[in-house]
Amino acid sequence: MERPAWAPQGIDISVPSVSRMYDFYLGGSHNFEVDREAARKAMEFMPGLPKAMQANRAFMRRAVRYALSEGVTQFLDIGSGIPTFGNVHEVAQAIDPAARVAYVDHDPVAVAHSQAVLDGNEGATISAADLRRPQEIRDSPEVAKLLDFDRPVALLLVAVLHFIEDSDDPRAAVAALRDMLAPGSLLVVTHAAYEGIPLSREEAGGTVGVYQNIRNPLVMRTREEIAGFFDGFELVEPGLVPMPEWRPESTAAPENEDPYAFSGIAGVGRTA
Amino acid sequence: MSIPAQPSGAPDAAPDGPEDRLRRFATIWSRAIFPSTATSMTRPEFEQHLLPLARTLSETLHARPFDPAAAASVGGALVAAHCTDPDALSSTLGVVDSYLVLYCGSNGPVALTTEDSRSRCARVQHAVAAGFTQALRERTLAEQEAIARSALAARSHAEQALHATEARFRAVFKDAAIGIGIADLDGNVLEVNDTLTRMFGGLENHVLSHRVNEWVHPEDSPQVWKYYNELVRGEREHYRVEKPYYRNDGTVLWTNLTVSLLRDSEGRPEYQLALLEDTTERRLLNLRLRYEATHDALTGLPNRTLFFERLEKALSAGDGSRFGLCYLDLDGFKAINDSLGHAAGDRLLVEVADRLQSCATAPGEMVARLGGDEFVALTTSFDSPAEVDELACRILGVLGAPIRLDGRELTVRGSIGIVEGPAGERSAAEVLRSADITMYRAKSAGGNRFELADAEADARAITRHGLTTALPAALERGEFFIEYQPLVHLGDGTVHGAEALVRWCHPQHGVLGPDRFIALAEHTGLIVPLGRWVLEESVRQANFWQERHTDGGPLRINVNLSPAQLHHPQLVAETVDVLERSGLEAGALCLEVTESALIGADEDLLKPLRQLAEMGVDIALDDFGTGYSNLANLRRLPVSVLKLDRSFTQGMQHHPADPVDLKIVEGIVSLAHSLDLAVTVEGVETGAQAEQLRQLGCDTAQGWYYARPGAPDRIHSLLLADAV
Repeated sequence: MERPAWAPQGIDISVPSVSRMYDFYLGGSHNFEVDREAARKAMEFMPGLPKAMQANRAFMRRAVRYALSEGVTQFLDIGSGIPTFGNVHEVAQAIDPAARVAYVDHDPVAVAHSQAVLDGNEGATISAADLRRPQEIRDSPEVAKLLDFDRPVALLLVAVLHFIEDSDDPRAAVAALRDMLAPGSLLVVTHAAYEGIPLSREEAGGTVGVYQNIRNPLVMRTREEIAGFFDGFELVEPGLVPMPEWRPESTAAPENEDPYAFSGIAGVGRTA
Repeated sequence: MSIPAQPSGAPDAAPDGPEDRLRRFATIWSRAIFPSTATSMTRPEFEQHLLPLARTLSETLHARPFDPAAAASVGGALVAAHCTDPDALSSTLGVVDSYLVLYCGSNGPVALTTEDSRSRCARVQHAVAAGFTQALRERTLAEQEAIARSALAARSHAEQALHATEARFRAVFKDAAIGIGIADLDGNVLEVNDTLTRMFGGLENHVLSHRVNEWVHPEDSPQVWKYYNELVRGEREHYRVEKPYYRNDGTVLWTNLTVSLLRDSEGRPEYQLALLEDTTERRLLNLRLRYEATHDALTGLPNRTLFFERLEKALSAGDGSRFGLCYLDLDGFKAINDSLGHAAGDRLLVEVADRLQSCATAPGEMVARLGGDEFVALTTSFDSPAEVDELACRILGVLGAPIRLDGRELTVRGSIGIVEGPAGERSAAEVLRSADITMYRAKSAGGNRFELADAEADARAITRHGLTTALPAALERGEFFIEYQPLVHLGDGTVHGAEALVRWCHPQHGVLGPDRFIALAEHTGLIVPLGRWVLEESVRQANFWQERHTDGGPLRINVNLSPAQLHHPQLVAETVDVLERSGLEAGALCLEVTESALIGADEDLLKPLRQLAEMGVDIALDDFGTGYSNLANLRRLPVSVLKLDRSFTQGMQHHPADPVDLKIVEGIVSLAHSLDLAVTVEGVETGAQAEQLRQLGCDTAQGWYYARPGAPDRIHSLLLADAV
């Protein structure tokens, strides 16, 4: 008899993964040829994608440091992907060794890799769960064990909301997560947008098409739509801005940044 | 890549020390490679990060002995800082080539010659490139290995999950209390669980060796194989039926069967999945419960429920089919029960049931017990109505043989009502009622016989039943009224009195005479209140006439007494009460009693009549001559009037009168007069009759010749006519 239809499917690494493509953009080798092929195709339309990724990474680093400066030492990073370098726990634990970081991803390979990387780190865990089902995240044993939801948590939705289509109601998912958070918690978001990309909408649309083809549609949203995710949060200064403009640490002026670094919007909100 | 212009002149003449020069080299280097790095460090952090590497380069340049290999670590450090882009290496080499000697050439303890500097700088670059390449290769291999390991781990984890799921489903399959089988679309059974094997008798091979479409059973519902074929063709997703199977020992397994179509990932039909629940026991239980619900516990015969089912089936059968029904009630069973006890009565019923069953053994025949001593035989298998009569004869025949019970022999008889007719005309209840009515006709005709239903007799019985039930309400609603028929003195033709005759103004049937309802009122006991009402009403009326018509002598009123009234203990008291309250003198009242009611009357029965007679109330013997009364008895009865039945006067309606009738009437009149009894004749319809009767010496007469019964005011006008 053949395997019955109700059995779960195995891991198919012949399909590109957005996590491994992200790793490739950042110069990593945690990827396979299918991932690189898709990433190269996306870069044909947007050659500066790596710079956007780097800016995203740099923003995240600043946001983590900001959270710690605000006294928030617990982090819930959903859509954490392949831990390349400069991960949340590295940034946070370098400043506060007691900082706790719960990673969540739905890509089984990313989860397995995270498990290997985090092995032996008491303050960091990885859970296999999906942003579209917030209660499963809250109920996952690792998250429940590591994080104290009675105290503020920094919820990181960095470069992940643009992979959730409106039909899956990402706003409801964010709202459900918000309702789990104690007062003083933070929401950290970056999101892809046509705004700020140094290309025409048609050119940038080619990249969107690549993600469409690998069945991981990239949903470009407007600033207003992105602001909608902050319902019930108060945006901290300077509000929703291009990534390099969010509390830059460098003495160097943002205009020295690569133009592609401005491809995407960042913001941090605080629960009332 | 832009390289900033040199701020000052020759290195040796620089105003700042070697450390500052080293820092400036690092700044240039950082600016050159930062755009091609993937680091998340800020520019100042990155520059700070490069400073120790710049120092290493500077020290390597000046080392004695010169060993460029130390610079390899710088290439490795770049890779570690995520400067893995090829541009990072070429930019680094460009910066080293252009600026290392320029900024750091004089930083060593011993100044280098230009030639030496160039040569050492070139070799430092070679080492940086080698170190970079080495580190990048190691990092790439390590990361590739790591991601491959992660993919493997994820896959093995998924496989474990799959395995756990499969193990769970396997356990479900294996241990389910329900039988599960999987077959391909050709009907080849691929796998069955133990429960299913056990249900089929325990031999797995028995189940696996048959194709699904070979499991045919004669009791399969007609759709089951249609559903099956639709399913395997992919036209039906599932079906659910009750289906019997043969076990390997030949016994029957009953199941609730659910079959589902399993499709592959592209939606093509692939397997059929059967779930079987063993319902054999439940079915047996249901059959037993059904049997108990449809059979009489005492005799084991079908009961009323089952009989009605069959009867309804017979009545709803197609055109042209007929049914025959024998409704049997034992004669005198109550007496047997009362005298021998219920246990004996029950044994008798069992014996009767057995005998009845032996009469109806053909297919299409059934015997049932409706309750008590009532049985029915139903037949649908006969060619002529006579065969139904034969069935009734057989039944009476088998009852004829004496039944031995407790050492004595009892002879049981029965009365049978037969209904025979075409299906589709009457309801089961109507048929049974007709049979019941007919059975009672047989019983009242003496029992031990059968009667055939006829519509007229049924209608009469049905009307009778309707009237009986309507009687009490009719009395309350005042539906009864009285008509009066004058009694005429034959001597002078004057009105002598009137007979009160009760009528029922029925809302549906119109005016009904006493022949239609007095017997019913007798039967139900309603005759007592009805009789009292008639007495009150007619005495009141007589008193009214008395007051208006004082000159014509006392006007009499005749009221009929039924046998039940005669037995009523309050008869005398009530009559006295009625007379007293109305003020009518007792001598004006005549109570008519039928001759048959007094046949064989003992002194107890006569006593109230005697008391009434002593009070002055006349007692008339009604319908005289029909009851074969003992003429010798006449003298001891408290009777003062004989009312001659109309049958004696019929022969005198025409001239010449029947001489025999004349002789008889003459004899009776003579006898009556010799006993000091007055004679009244009824049914006088012609003048000739009246004249003849007058000549024969009759005293009074009534009949249509004088007047039909009518409203009280008509009597009044007759009286007035007399007076004129």
